[in-house]
Amino acid sequence: MVDFSRLFLKLLNQSKMKNAGIIMIVGSLLLLGLFQFPLWTIMLGAPQYPEPLGMHIFVNGIRGVSEFDVQNINGLNHYIGMKVLPTADEMWEFQAFPKILIAIVSLGVIIGILMALKKISHNWALIWFVAMSILGILGMYDFNLWMYDYGTNLDPNAIMKLMDADGNPMTYKPPLFGFQKLLNFDVESLPNVGAYMMFVGMSLTVLAFFVGRKSATTT
Amino acid sequence: MKKLINSLIVLALVGTAISCSNSESGGKSNKGALASSAAEKVYVAPGEHDEFYAFMSGGYSGNLTVYGLPSGRMFKEIPVFSQFPTSGYGYSEETKPMLNTSFGFVPWDDAHHPDISQTNGELDGRWIFINGNNTPRIARISLTTFETEEIIEVPNSAGNHSSSFITENTEYVVAGTRFSVPIPQKDMPIKDYKSNFKGSLSFISVDPEHGHMDIKFQLMMPGFNYDLSHPGRDKSHGWFFFTTYNTEEANSLLEVNASQNDKDFIAAVNWKKIEEYVNNGGGTMMPANYAHNVYDESTHTATTTMKKEVLTVDPLKVPGAVYFLPTPKSPHGCDVDPSGQYIIGNGKLSADLTVHSFEKMIAAIEAEKFDGEAYGIPILKFEDVLAGTVKSGGLGPLHTEFDGKGNAYTTFFISSEVVKWKLGTWEVIDRKPTYYSVGHLMIPGGNSRKPFGKYVVAMNKITKDRYLPVGPEMEHSAQIYDISGEKMELIYDFPTHGEPHYAAGCPAELLKNNAKKIYRLDENKHPYAITSPDQAKVERKGNEVHIYMSTIRSHFTPDNIEGVKVGDKVYFHITNHEQDFDVPHGFSMIGQNSSELLIMPGQTKTNTWEPKKVGVWPFYCTDFCSALHQEMQGYIRVSPADSDIELSWSLGED
Repeated sequence: MVDFSRLFLKLLNQSKMKNAGIIMIVGSLLLLGLFQFPLWTIMLGAPQYPEPLGMHIFVNGIRGVSEFDVQNINGLNHYIGMKVLPTADEMWEFQAFPKILIAIVSLGVIIGILMALKKISHNWALIWFVAMSILGILGMYDFNLWMYDYGTNLDPNAIMKLMDADGNPMTYKPPLFGFQKLLNFDVESLPNVGAYMMFVGMSLTVLAFFVGRKSATTT
Repeated sequence: MKKLINSLIVLALVGTAISCSNSESGGKSNKGALASSAAEKVYVAPGEHDEFYAFMSGGYSGNLTVYGLPSGRMFKEIPVFSQFPTSGYGYSEETKPMLNTSFGFVPWDDAHHPDISQTNGELDGRWIFINGNNTPRIARISLTTFETEEIIEVPNSAGNHSSSFITENTEYVVAGTRFSVPIPQKDMPIKDYKSNFKGSLSFISVDPEHGHMDIKFQLMMPGFNYDLSHPGRDKSHGWFFFTTYNTEEANSLLEVNASQNDKDFIAAVNWKKIEEYVNNGGGTMMPANYAHNVYDESTHTATTTMKKEVLTVDPLKVPGAVYFLPTPKSPHGCDVDPSGQYIIGNGKLSADLTVHSFEKMIAAIEAEKFDGEAYGIPILKFEDVLAGTVKSGGLGPLHTEFDGKGNAYTTFFISSEVVKWKLGTWEVIDRKPTYYSVGHLMIPGGNSRKPFGKYVVAMNKITKDRYLPVGPEMEHSAQIYDISGEKMELIYDFPTHGEPHYAAGCPAELLKNNAKKIYRLDENKHPYAITSPDQAKVERKGNEVHIYMSTIRSHFTPDNIEGVKVGDKVYFHITNHEQDFDVPHGFSMIGQNSSELLIMPGQTKTNTWEPKKVGVWPFYCTDFCSALHQEMQGYIRVSPADSDIELSWSLGED
């Protein structure tokens, strides 16, 4: 990444502020990938599921990795009293996130254009990045809260009420990141293409800041 | 150190000596003992898949079984001509029509010769066809659902044995009669058989898109017994060859009286010529009555249509359409090599195989070198059409398959062996015993232009001591031979279900990725299906009670029903709402005069129950569907016939 950015800086030495603006625009636009690709994917494998069940988490809803996976996950979860997975209109997040995302991408593009036109300082790129980071962390926090509720707020009349080793009621919160064993299921929770595009996009906005700063110091 | 090296050298030398003596004691095998381990060749590790599918006919089981090669493991029994209480086939309201015939409901048949559909002479893996021998029928089975989709009855036929073989683009599935009969049937003395009975050869067209079958024409041949058949392929595409026996036209004690002629015939039929004749308006429409049963995957329901006429063709009216090739000793199998050049007559009462040349046959026809005629059909001269004779040294040749490398493999029933011989030179290359009295044999694709010559499976008629004894009645035995080398190697021995007469095999890759996992609930067009549990209901129509029920792990909706009365006829229409692979639910009701139902995900099946006793009667799921399977149950309250209790149903209410 460092070598790459050095090369980039070298190549674009001539009109750095303009390029900083373009990098900012590209970086912001990469976040639109979240509309096309899943942000996160949770896979559930088990002895009787050699082809694991899985759910893709998009900014606007949860979809099965295979067509009927959501239905089948819900079917299995009813034994332990978990709620059915929310549809897009059952969670305010799936309504709000796309709007917030559009707003922040638009803002990033506008900042980029204004930077390219040298109307505003490169600091705006960093301000955008910090704002996006805070929103992202809030989003992850909210997602984790939902997963906590999903995994612990169980139907008191559940068919199977299991206890953990300490004698407390079992909970089934999927991991936010990484691997966990939940009963007979091997649960793996990892970012997917949408998240990677967001990561690259946000990195580019930081790069835009540095490119802009370089131009400010050299001119 | 030196000492150690020396002793290692000595050990190595001893090892070589041992392995040399091993390979010598291995007899004819020129490979080392380890290199030719039969166990390794048939071992398919847990979780691994077989290399080939093998579809074995069930003979008197009426069904078709699916095996893997080389492991010999059975994966499925596909119900075809026989009622199958395991799934409810032939018992459920949806599938009962599959077994309708002009003789009424016939719940059994003798299933003989499966054949996989082809395109350009190569297996295409769309469907597999099989014949019912006893009450003449042809079935078509889907190779995505592995379920029977269609059965057509063949009129004017009896002992539908020279069937069901398909032409190289699946234009026709062909069904020939083994027993000649009066056509049309009539009350007449049996002894007047000769020259009065006829043998029909039916060409059943196959719709290229849906596979639907329709009898295009029936060729009305002399009253011989048409034993087996195979299509011409490649250069002989457009012809069909049928072995005959009983050209003596005996009607009693056939084992003697039908074995008198030194030669019977192979009938060569130019079906392209007859097709053209028929397409131009030729043939005679004859009144008939036969059932055509079609299963619709979207409604999960079969319907029967009785067809009332069939087009018949008199071979004498189509000059150049049919010739007889004299063939010694009551030939049984009639096999055509992958190039279409050789037609093999397996003279079952002889030691030798007769091989006819297609090119010589055409030349003899063009030169009009005939040796008389039978009922007006020209007989070609034996010497003019003969390509060669395989002097096998075996006894009772029955069937031949091909490996695509210029070799043929013939079973010998009487001498219990498979003989490998070379096409063209007719020399015998190898022979291996079978256990015992082998009938058919099968090489995957061995009945097409492109065989996969790695294994041959011999299907034996006699089992005797091959397995642990289980009383007088036992399953038949099969042997797998590795035929990848010059010599055949017996590598496995396994029991088969029913009595396999022939089999068809294909590479696993051709089918495994197309096999259906579930039926889509959103494509279920069954008139009594419910797509959501809130549509569950119970309706009364006179004394019929229709229960629209759904299943999902682990309950029935509804599971408490009241208002049913003695004398009612209760229809359970059950839709399985699962959309997960391999999660069927079963259904059975106490005292039901029927079978259970096994309902696949997304499917609807219907079964009936006529309650005879007042009380509260349970039903339950018969498939261990989940950890809560034992809880998957319900009750029906049956009240006296004059009761005025209204119908009611519920789930989860107190």
